[in-house]
Amino acid sequence: MIKDEIRATVLRLLGEIAPEADPSDLRPDLPLRDQLDIDSMDFLNLVIALDKELQVEVPEADYRKLATLDGLVAYLSAALAALGQ
Amino acid sequence: MADFLMPKLGADMSAGKLLIWRKKPGDLLQRGDIIAEVETDKADIEVEVFTSGVLEQLLVEPGTKVPVGTVLATIRTDGAEPAAVAPEPMPTPPEAILSIPPAPAARPLRPEGERLRISPAARKRAEELGIDPAEIAGTGPEGRITLKDIERAATTLAVAPAPAALPEAPSEHLRITPAARKHAEVLGVNWATLVGTGPGGRITVEDVEQAAAARPAARAEAPPPASEAAADRSARMRQTIAAAMSRSTREIPHYYLGTTIDMKPAVTWLADENQRRPVQDRLLYGVLLLKAVALALREAPELNDFWVEGKAVPGTGIHVGVAISLRGGGLVAPALHDADRKSLDELMRSFRDLVQRARAGSLRSSELSDPTITVTSLGEQGVESVFGVIYPPQVAIVGFGKVVERPWAVDGHLAAHSVVTATLAADHRVTDGHRGGLFLAAVDRLLQEPDKL
Repeated sequence: MIKDEIRATVLRLLGEIAPEADPSDLRPDLPLRDQLDIDSMDFLNLVIALDKELQVEVPEADYRKLATLDGLVAYLSAALAALGQ
Repeated sequence: MADFLMPKLGADMSAGKLLIWRKKPGDLLQRGDIIAEVETDKADIEVEVFTSGVLEQLLVEPGTKVPVGTVLATIRTDGAEPAAVAPEPMPTPPEAILSIPPAPAARPLRPEGERLRISPAARKRAEELGIDPAEIAGTGPEGRITLKDIERAATTLAVAPAPAALPEAPSEHLRITPAARKHAEVLGVNWATLVGTGPGGRITVEDVEQAAAARPAARAEAPPPASEAAADRSARMRQTIAAAMSRSTREIPHYYLGTTIDMKPAVTWLADENQRRPVQDRLLYGVLLLKAVALALREAPELNDFWVEGKAVPGTGIHVGVAISLRGGGLVAPALHDADRKSLDELMRSFRDLVQRARAGSLRSSELSDPTITVTSLGEQGVESVFGVIYPPQVAIVGFGKVVERPWAVDGHLAAHSVVTATLAADHRVTDGHRGGLFLAAVDRLLQEPDKL
């Protein structure tokens, strides 16, 4: 899966979790939490959605690597590459 | 015969607008069934019925705003007079329409009676664009209509021909276009009395404008009708919260306590537990805090009382209200019923469901009227402590800040531990600091043994 596809998937999932937010305004290098006003419940829902959509199960210890959109895309690309996709 | 009244869904509610009937005359009602949806200043609420019987008569038309306590419908209870006996004439609520068709016509895309799931932002956008959300299939979770669905529908509708005719139905969504309804509110026009000229007899923006123009000049020149009507929901929610909180600070002699709780055992246990669990079964530490509060209330039951008419009345069950902030502003604090008797997994599922429904605007009436205490966690926003304002008629509110790592002395040695500041604001008419202190100590003690929660 190429990075653009991963990015598009992540943005779609974020849009479902925080439907009021506008992903086009998102700064990819800044924390998502502050920009989208998402809380720990929303974040858990994102992790569950990533597992369902991409079959990437993110351990809790790695949550901090998923703080920004760039971080998310980099983490997921590496995880999918490791899975041989 | 029993009356079904406009319920009071919180200390701050004085009136509510009936949005839609979910049952029709002749339907069998079981205690707990959802009979109607009501719009308050804070949210759209699914209202449950507390009497079993047969729905006899609907007395208020959807779209009508009535004071709390107004009779909305009558219910023939078991063993009541036989149906052959002519029903007593019912009082007519002002401006309500009594000619309700016996059965609502099916609505497109969703089965009769099923609630329209739509995010607040999507609803607002639909009103701006004059789109009826009832005609759109949602693509969000559980078929919820999202902002994107509305935008997509707007572009589709712009090129597709309008449907030839819409089925006649009592639902206000079908009797008036959303844009016209909003316009009517702004202009102070009672649209329930208008005859629509749109497709299927729907009331359009033009109908509303004509009605407004036809009013006597004096009325037209009057200041905008009740600022409340024109204000959007977030402004009304602000006012509603302010009214309840003003009453609270005016009437309740608050006292405040705070303590720092060692969260190392809880955080360590949770990390271990979550590592073993599949993602969808992971727990949030907030659930441990809620369970600890619920169990501690068994040891300090006075904090679970209500203050009603000058005296303390024990709450029936421990129903913990959780403060949930809504995107776009405001908050609600619906109940997690019997939180002390639920396992952590059950509590997590209920909590997740409650947050999702609070934000989708589909809470139930019992969830708003039942909380016996409130828990507010502002840790997400990074603050370390919160000093709560009690939500009447409750007599206590518990606050948790952010879980942070701090130097912590154990047996004369310093170590880095996760800690959280727990606070209690309670009503001095019911308890004093001694009792409140015992409660916070119990919360602390319970959190030291997370595996037993």
